[in-house]
Amino acid sequence: MESVKLPDKLCLKNTRLIDPVQNLDQTGDLVIENGKISAVNAGCSGARVWDMNGAIVCPGFFDIHVHLREPGFEDAETIRSGQEAAGGGGFTAVACMPNTMPALDHAGVVRWVSEEAAKFPVAVHPIAAITKQRAGEELTEMVELHKAGAVAFSDDGGYVENSDLMRRALEYSLLTNAPIITHAEDFKLTGSGVMHEGAVSTRLGLAGIPRLSEDIATVRDLMLAEYTGGRLHLAHVSTEGALRALEDAVKRGAKVTAEVTPHHLLLTDKAVQGYSTYTKMKPPLREESDTKALIAGLKNRSFAAIATDHAPHTSDLKEVPFDEAAFGIIGLETAVGLIWDKLVMTEQITASYMVNLFCAGPREIVNLPVPAIKVGEAVELTVFHPDEKWTVDTAEFYSKSNNSPYAGWELTGRPWGILKGSLWAGRIQPGF
Amino acid sequence: MASEKKKGRILSSRHLLGLEGMAGEEIANILDTADALKEILDRPIKKVPTLRGVTVVNLFFEASTRTRLSFELAEKRLSADLMNFSTSGSSVVKGETLLDTARNIEAMRIDVVVVRHQCPGVPGFLADRLSSVVVNAGDGAHEHPTQALLDLLTLRQKFGDIKGLKVAIIGDIAHSRVVKSNIYGLKALGAEVMVCGPPTLIPRDVESLQVKVTHNVDKALEWADTINVLRLQLERQKSGFLPSLREYYWTFGITMERLSRLREAPVILHPGPMNRGVEIESAVADSDYAVILDQVTNGVAVRMAVLVLLSAPEIAV
Repeated sequence: MESVKLPDKLCLKNTRLIDPVQNLDQTGDLVIENGKISAVNAGCSGARVWDMNGAIVCPGFFDIHVHLREPGFEDAETIRSGQEAAGGGGFTAVACMPNTMPALDHAGVVRWVSEEAAKFPVAVHPIAAITKQRAGEELTEMVELHKAGAVAFSDDGGYVENSDLMRRALEYSLLTNAPIITHAEDFKLTGSGVMHEGAVSTRLGLAGIPRLSEDIATVRDLMLAEYTGGRLHLAHVSTEGALRALEDAVKRGAKVTAEVTPHHLLLTDKAVQGYSTYTKMKPPLREESDTKALIAGLKNRSFAAIATDHAPHTSDLKEVPFDEAAFGIIGLETAVGLIWDKLVMTEQITASYMVNLFCAGPREIVNLPVPAIKVGEAVELTVFHPDEKWTVDTAEFYSKSNNSPYAGWELTGRPWGILKGSLWAGRIQPGF
Repeated sequence: MASEKKKGRILSSRHLLGLEGMAGEEIANILDTADALKEILDRPIKKVPTLRGVTVVNLFFEASTRTRLSFELAEKRLSADLMNFSTSGSSVVKGETLLDTARNIEAMRIDVVVVRHQCPGVPGFLADRLSSVVVNAGDGAHEHPTQALLDLLTLRQKFGDIKGLKVAIIGDIAHSRVVKSNIYGLKALGAEVMVCGPPTLIPRDVESLQVKVTHNVDKALEWADTINVLRLQLERQKSGFLPSLREYYWTFGITMERLSRLREAPVILHPGPMNRGVEIESAVADSDYAVILDQVTNGVAVRMAVLVLLSAPEIAV
């Protein structure tokens, strides 16, 4: 995917403009000049016109949890291919996890990621490791990492097992005001587990990961956050128990936020029947009681963000027996369509709230400025069509990997691409 | 021709991946076929040409002596051409991936693949990628359908009918493939099933398999018409599921002393190989209550039946 320079003065005509922060949700038009919004609903005179045919235009989406695999695992994804997947999926920015090789535990690597990412209009905000080499032993130089561009700290994929060290991380990170993002998992309780422990794992003969593995690890980190006053963000909450613990901690005043993934909202362990390794991830797909609780949590604003946990893997790591397959699925190119089709069209959440969960919600967690549809604002916009019907075909993905459980799904609502400054990047190009 | 073949099919699936979802009638047909084929094993010349020209590979990724020998004998009795491929370890340590192994099998034009693997789902993985017929000879803790079929055949011979029979399965329920195949087969034929073992070895939500659960072996013995005593993998003690084998024996071992307290001793099955003095006392294993050697003989007949029904269904009719 190549980005395309916009006409000097461009009018997006026939759009539905949504910006929850501005209380905006109406059909209309938008004029862009020299990378800035110059008119909202004031006609298109003198501008080159793109007829958007009813597409939604909203402030740019931000995925707070992706794995770009570079440096180290470029067969699965590169910074560029991940950016293209993000752009094609309607995201103007992502935050990338530090489980690369080498890990993002040093200012030099963090700066390098940002420099690589500057070549394409999707912003990449690195999340640095909490501990050196993600080994769980010594804290990273958080202040320097933060200055180098890290927006948060996480040993994602691993849990900081040493409670004292996690306490110190939460305390020390206060120097930066960047949150500590926890992948809450008690590895002893996970054991050799490869899927959620329950009736389905029993039938399939696969070793189970009990909810306890996440619940207990979550509760510890919530208690540490409450005690230290540190900022904690829960990655990929998958259980009702972890959600309840979060809600209780928030009530008591802990500075804690949380994200939920489309797959934990929409899929259950029943999807594992048939042993598709594209249903294997951590935390695992849970049961209907969990998905119901998570959707309720989404509605009552317990979650500040929907994040994909985009985790590309080559077929060598996925086309193997379930036990041996790598954990993780990709999500950047399906998230918007899935949430629109399954949650907005079914009227479980509003379009405006969806925009919030993909835009302002996640940015506030990591202290990033929130783009807006307002005269004078820099252009950072997501474009998706709410009525476009499509069938998920992994061959069309910009991601280098195809480990998606949604292949063949028929969805309504499809991202077109993004506008960033004076550039367009996307699956298709409107206006031609 | 094709439609004629189809008409003759007794099994609804091309493969035998498991007994889950298989209808009782279908299972009964396999057992009937096994009964008919069993006679061959008692002939002076124990060989028929039924599968002449059919090539079978026994693909064993996990150590197994009796299941592999039983399949091998069944294949020989039916005059199939057979190859044995035994290897241990996963693709992680082995040079070749399962996918490459599958592609090699495909290239060699093998008709039937009998597969044993430590990972659940591997028979299905192969069935999805091969044009060969796949027979599951045990996949991790998932299923072991031919073991369950031979257990069913043994019970049918002993009791005449399986409907209404009370069957207790005793031991390591959580890690057992034999349990699940037995439960599906027994339920399909109308039996009642109880599982019994220490709480650490009973899997989560086992009730969803529509079985009774007890941790009291004496209660299980009192309830059951027949018991299936599972082999206890000795490494379970090391991985923390059990404090000691000694305590397991005293708490769950099937001993003469326990049997002597019953009004009537149950018929005793064991999938083998036995750990004498761990899950079963020698005196019990060698008693008349045990039908363990009948199971071995029936194993060959059942595997012959499965091979015939899957690879030469037109002959079977």
